[in-house]
Amino acid sequence: MSDEYYREEVSGAAPVTGFYDSSGRRAGFTPWLLSWIFSLDHKRIAILYLVSTLSFFAVGVSLGFLIRLELIAPGATIVDARTYNAFFTLHGVIMIFLFIIPVTTGVFGNFLLPIQIGAKDMAFPRLNLLSWWFYIIGAALVLLSLFTGDGLPDTGWTFYVPYSLKTAADISLTAFALFILGFSSILTGINFVTTVHKLRAPGMRWHRLPLFVWSIYSTAWILVIATPVLGMTLLLVIAERTLGLGIFDPVRGGDPILYQHLFWIYSHPAVYVMILPGMGIVAEIIPVFTRRVIFGYRAIAYSSVMIAVVGSMVWGHHMFVSGFSKTAAFVFSLFTFLVAIPSAIKVFNWISSLYRGSIVLEAPFLLALVFIFQFTVGGLTGLILGTLSVDVHLHDTTFVVGHFHYMKFGGGGFAFFAGLHYWFPKIFGRMYIKRYANIAVAFLFVGFNTLYFPMLVMGYKGMPRRYFDYLPEFQLYHVVSTVGSWILITGLIIMFVNLIYSIRRGEKAGANPWGGATIEWQTTSPPPVLNFVDPPVVDRGPYDYR
Amino acid sequence: MITQAASSITGKEVDAVFFTVAAICVVMLALISFFIVYFVIKYNSKRHPTPVDIPGNKTLETVWTVVPVLIVLFIFYLGWTGFEKRFEVPEDAMTINVTARQWSWSFEYEGGLTETELRLPVGKPVKLELTSSDVIHSFYIPAFRVKKDVVPGLTDNFLWFTPDAVGVYDLFCAEYCGLSHSSMITKVHVMEEAEFIGWKEGKLRKAEKEAAASLAGDVVDHVSIGRRLSVEKGCVSCHTVDGSPLIGPTWKGLYLKKETVITGGAERLTLVDAEYIRKSMLEPGADVVKGFPPIMPSQEGVLTEDEIEALIEYIKSLSDNKR
Ligand code: HEC
Ligand SMILES: [Cu+2]
Repeated sequence: MSDEYYREEVSGAAPVTGFYDSSGRRAGFTPWLLSWIFSLDHKRIAILYLVSTLSFFAVGVSLGFLIRLELIAPGATIVDARTYNAFFTLHGVIMIFLFIIPVTTGVFGNFLLPIQIGAKDMAFPRLNLLSWWFYIIGAALVLLSLFTGDGLPDTGWTFYVPYSLKTAADISLTAFALFILGFSSILTGINFVTTVHKLRAPGMRWHRLPLFVWSIYSTAWILVIATPVLGMTLLLVIAERTLGLGIFDPVRGGDPILYQHLFWIYSHPAVYVMILPGMGIVAEIIPVFTRRVIFGYRAIAYSSVMIAVVGSMVWGHHMFVSGFSKTAAFVFSLFTFLVAIPSAIKVFNWISSLYRGSIVLEAPFLLALVFIFQFTVGGLTGLILGTLSVDVHLHDTTFVVGHFHYMKFGGGGFAFFAGLHYWFPKIFGRMYIKRYANIAVAFLFVGFNTLYFPMLVMGYKGMPRRYFDYLPEFQLYHVVSTVGSWILITGLIIMFVNLIYSIRRGEKAGANPWGGATIEWQTTSPPPVLNFVDPPVVDRGPYDYR
Repeated sequence: MITQAASSITGKEVDAVFFTVAAICVVMLALISFFIVYFVIKYNSKRHPTPVDIPGNKTLETVWTVVPVLIVLFIFYLGWTGFEKRFEVPEDAMTINVTARQWSWSFEYEGGLTETELRLPVGKPVKLELTSSDVIHSFYIPAFRVKKDVVPGLTDNFLWFTPDAVGVYDLFCAEYCGLSHSSMITKVHVMEEAEFIGWKEGKLRKAEKEAAASLAGDVVDHVSIGRRLSVEKGCVSCHTVDGSPLIGPTWKGLYLKKETVITGGAERLTLVDAEYIRKSMLEPGADVVKGFPPIMPSQEGVLTEDEIEALIEYIKSLSDNKR
């Protein structure tokens, strides 16, 4: 990565569409591989994240599939209780720490943040590469921890003490792996915040930033502020397991509830890490396919910041039945309701942005609409859970499982898919087969809701979560839900086969296939090594078409 | 049927709030979905080729900030008032001590009566004092809409409610607590008050008789006390008496059997005698039966000397080679 390339590109000596830098490919496999895994180019790092996070997504989905299959009938169906408990633990750990937290910042944050603000790269390209390596090392350690203990990790992704102190699985190593992953998050956050502050192109004022940048910027702050708490908490768990300090263990005078506080101080804001960038993606997609300016730019931008701020003060709503005081419940419930407001504002603004537009229905836009619907269900079920007296009944039932899958998967995950369909032609320079993309969207929508809606109903009827076995009266809902998982997975397969096929074989997309107005569409697809042939000049807002 | 009537006074209040909030949510979702579909159809590029740029609207922005704030404050208030009541225990509430352990429940009534299924008189408030002897569990009776985590080391941890319909209900553990979390379920029997009193007195009288007999130096029926303890103390959630292994080895034919155990990492063969059984209860980690995980909870400080004696006698009685 040097300025030489920049000059070459400008003089037209190298192919502009050469996948960022094609030097290694001609020289054989190893140099080619090295040119990727040690690349400092933010676009390549984005693709490294894409490949690695989606690989873990595939593992997480497979585990989810097995969990649903086990639950198709009461009693042992395909595995025993021990394996089932490991399945849901690994499904949670992988989906949360190896997929949904890193994916959107890692892939689109990396790829688009510099381009959308008109920069050549991140503020700290080396740190950026290091973040990815921390991610890979952390992921490898998670995998290693499967084999080092007596049995697979079986604590649930929440690692609640004192169970996590007693289990024979190697929770210390799993916790250490997450500690390392935390570094990846923190470094990414620092890098993104600095980049937005320091590397905006001339004319890129704060109120000309694309909304995706606003959302990534808010997310980056959460990563920097909240992740250290997780790291510290996990170190304490390790210390407790190996040295028996007595911080959390009631037998030694420790307080298990303290652990829950510390855990959720990180893990609740982490929910916004999963959803905020998705909200940014949707805000990018809507104006492009309605061909009009977004409604309420400032409201949407500031609500991201508000979510980041208020969202860090609601963690206690995970603990309403843990035995804490009335006052604590009062405060946390109140803040929980208030954090719903900026999300509601976003939804209203997105929908108003459809008003009097000129709407073109393409896969990214359809996915964005599905996102709005599912995210709204997630948000509204969140209101139900925030209602103190009702939460007592619903807490730790499948209602909660349904709610957070609507948020994280129906929201965050689907927004990621929307972004993938939207920026795919920019990243790879080619277009997928649109018809198959639309078919996949239909499967995903139907499958997702068939899978998770029954969980809301059975949760209300009293089906506890993390249950290997259940009473026969719940079977109908479990069967419907399991069938939903098959439909959903069919949709995922269609979607990914279509995308993977199109990386090489799709039609050439051109610089701006959707007619987008943000500046990533002004450069070639894929962009040259340093992103722009002519340094971009920004003289108007991000969604001004005319 | 989606709904299932609540069978406690608190539960009926919870349902009223739940359905109010759910109704608000359904209306919101319907409106949002309607506008999405309506706009997508109406402003389709074929029907509406020239878009109109509308960058925002201050009035609308204010309305859809203020109105939702009022709605959520209203919902918050509904939830809070219902929740607050859960801390105000009526003075005439009957107190029962609940102990949760991996993976069973036990309920201790005034007078020392201990049971593994919960029996309650209808229409009477009850206060349950919750303690855990190992990890965190959560006491959950869906039909009454009550739940409370059972946290080890936490004192004065309670919940109360008033069951208001006779019947049999499920009681679940709602906080994941390890291997057999989903088997940590039992029943709640809500009975007419007279029936409840009759049941309780019968049980207490029987216990008194047993105590009197042991005081008088009569032959104590250790075996039947042991059988009762094995249920009360939760042994049966891991051990069977029918020859099939559960989470731990079966007790059938255990006594005087040659058992392969792992002691400090090394395998060895040992004879199961009274001393071994006692050690298995008090120091389960010392000799771990081969093929089983080392998760047997230590009974040190949990069982009295008499209770250990009784359990040993009971386990002996399950074997043909009684000496
Ligand atoms: C959480 C499950 C669990 C509970 C509850 C439990 N045990 Fe165990 N028990 C085990 C396991 C597993 C083993 C085998 C591993 C070992 O030896 O530590 C075992 C072993 C034993 C043994 C030795 C059996 C042999 O084959 O050598 C005895 C005796 C015993 N338990 C008695 C009891 C009694 C009495 C209770 C109730 C007070 C009880 N256990 C409660 C899990 C449990
Ligand atoms: Cu439990």
